Amino acid sequence: MITKDEVKYIAKLARIGVSEKEVEKFTRDLSAVLDWVEELKKVDIEKISEISHIFGRENSLREDRVEKFAEAEKIIELFPEKKERYDKVKSIF
Amino acid sequence: MIKELHEKLLAGKITSEKLTQNYFSKIKKKDEKISAFLTLTEDLAMAQAKKTDEKIKKGEEIGILEGIPGAVKDVICMKGVRTTAASKILDNYIAPYDATVIQKLKASGAVFLGKTNCDEFAMGSSTEKSAYAITKNPADLQRVPGGSSGGSAAAVAGDEAVWALGSDTGGSIRQPASFCGVVGLKPTYGRVSRYGLLSMASSFDQIGPIAKNIEDAAIILSEIAGQDKRDATSARSAGKRYEKYLEGSIQGLKIGFIKEHFENLNKKVKNSMENVLKKYARLGAEIKEINLPHIRYSLPVYYIVMPCEVSSNLARFDGMKYGMRIFDQQDSDLEKINPEERKLREIYLDSRRYGLGEEVKKRIMLGTYALSSGYYEAYYLRAQKVRELIKRDFEKIFASSQKGVDLILAPTTPTPAFKIGEKNANPIEMYLEDIFTVTANVIGIPAISLPADPVDWEGKKLPVGFQLMGKWFNEEGILRAAYAYEKSS
Repeated sequence: MITKDEVKYIAKLARIGVSEKEVEKFTRDLSAVLDWVEELKKVDIEKISEISHIFGRENSLREDRVEKFAEAEKIIELFPEKKERYDKVKSIF
Repeated sequence: MIKELHEKLLAGKITSEKLTQNYFSKIKKKDEKISAFLTLTEDLAMAQAKKTDEKIKKGEEIGILEGIPGAVKDVICMKGVRTTAASKILDNYIAPYDATVIQKLKASGAVFLGKTNCDEFAMGSSTEKSAYAITKNPADLQRVPGGSSGGSAAAVAGDEAVWALGSDTGGSIRQPASFCGVVGLKPTYGRVSRYGLLSMASSFDQIGPIAKNIEDAAIILSEIAGQDKRDATSARSAGKRYEKYLEGSIQGLKIGFIKEHFENLNKKVKNSMENVLKKYARLGAEIKEINLPHIRYSLPVYYIVMPCEVSSNLARFDGMKYGMRIFDQQDSDLEKINPEERKLREIYLDSRRYGLGEEVKKRIMLGTYALSSGYYEAYYLRAQKVRELIKRDFEKIFASSQKGVDLILAPTTPTPAFKIGEKNANPIEMYLEDIFTVTANVIGIPAISLPADPVDWEGKKLPVGFQLMGKWFNEEGILRAAYAYEKSS
């Protein structure tokens, strides 16, 4: 179970704007899922450590070398707002 | 199908340009009803086709996939092409780079017809959660094609593409393949590079082929497999030319099945699955009942860990660097914050509110909750421990063919394709669609879905698939057993 206040708090943490109506729906739906996954409490996990990777893997290392991305202009084109070649965002101070 | 087309190209019976044009005319005729495609890449495709034809004319050698048109799920980046993940938040996103699989397929000379529809950010089992269109099942337009790679499966099943790429996080290649009556393969985790795949849940995601037959799926896998320095989780092994290992007897192959998988099935589907087991017995395989005590927890494990990874992966869609930026909402809770910071906060809240769909938001919030302080141990950590137990069950059963099995056979879906709108009321009901497919993602093993006998269902004959799962990196084994079945059909 999850309360409406908790849903509002999570929405804030997740940076998702929600309406009152959505809060109600999410409260219902998230509660249903959380009740359903309760089943995992039946499993004895006392001596088990959590999975770290799905198969035994060695470190994947490579040379730390800079590769220049050829399409920088294409990335700049994707900025939602820009000033010259800068991504324009709201200031935080 | 790919091989035949390749031979026709070589013999000069068709040209790649003609073939590609044919597919575009089929798309134009059929896709109004099916809605498999979100974006068509006609100029790119025709240029690729032309290149192949010129090579053939000059007598140069061409690869097996060269000049053969296919479709790509819209969660895979293709340079210069709109890539939306079927989400409004990426409505205007033009990928500035190619995913590794696209680079590889370009090098193979494959032709790209366009980008296919899917559930938003690959979250769903019906393609109804796309922000753009609902794809219809070519076998019955009243029904869903499955999801999330529903556009890719419908394109192949509806003859709008020879082959397609999908992505599979909890069954998103295999379930639509089952619903549409085609072949879908989820490779071992790490077999195919994820670079350029829009991440959903990074410890589950894999790209794989959807095709008309086993050989075609094997060919596509051969083209896209291999280690990639841009994906640190890609496996070292280079992969193989899988299509060269399909022939051969499956005499003595040990195929396991889990009783519970079959017990609660609908009678007609059960009948179809039992016919599959009987056929394998006739082909010389040894059918063996097995017990995997923790497999029943796969789905709840998935529905905790996956949203956690989703909440983290989708944090990047915040209206800052690319995608939709919206700023129009007044939030009274933010009044106390200084006005500058408030503007920034509102961009986050509004861009995500209007840019993301309900299912996506739900999963982000579920993950945020499960990872939040005080809940992490109870949800995420516990689920990852149970995941380890599930993995151990499989390691044991695959450890020796003598005591265990070589492959595991299961249904792909509990039923054939359901009707559009049928499963929207109860969220859990849609999640249960993944019940047979999700385990392969939870522990990273390869799994393939291929058509079993179709079933008579509400007055129609509808396709339904079965699955073969194998040991980590044993794509060869599942493909060979799948091929033996297909050939005997």
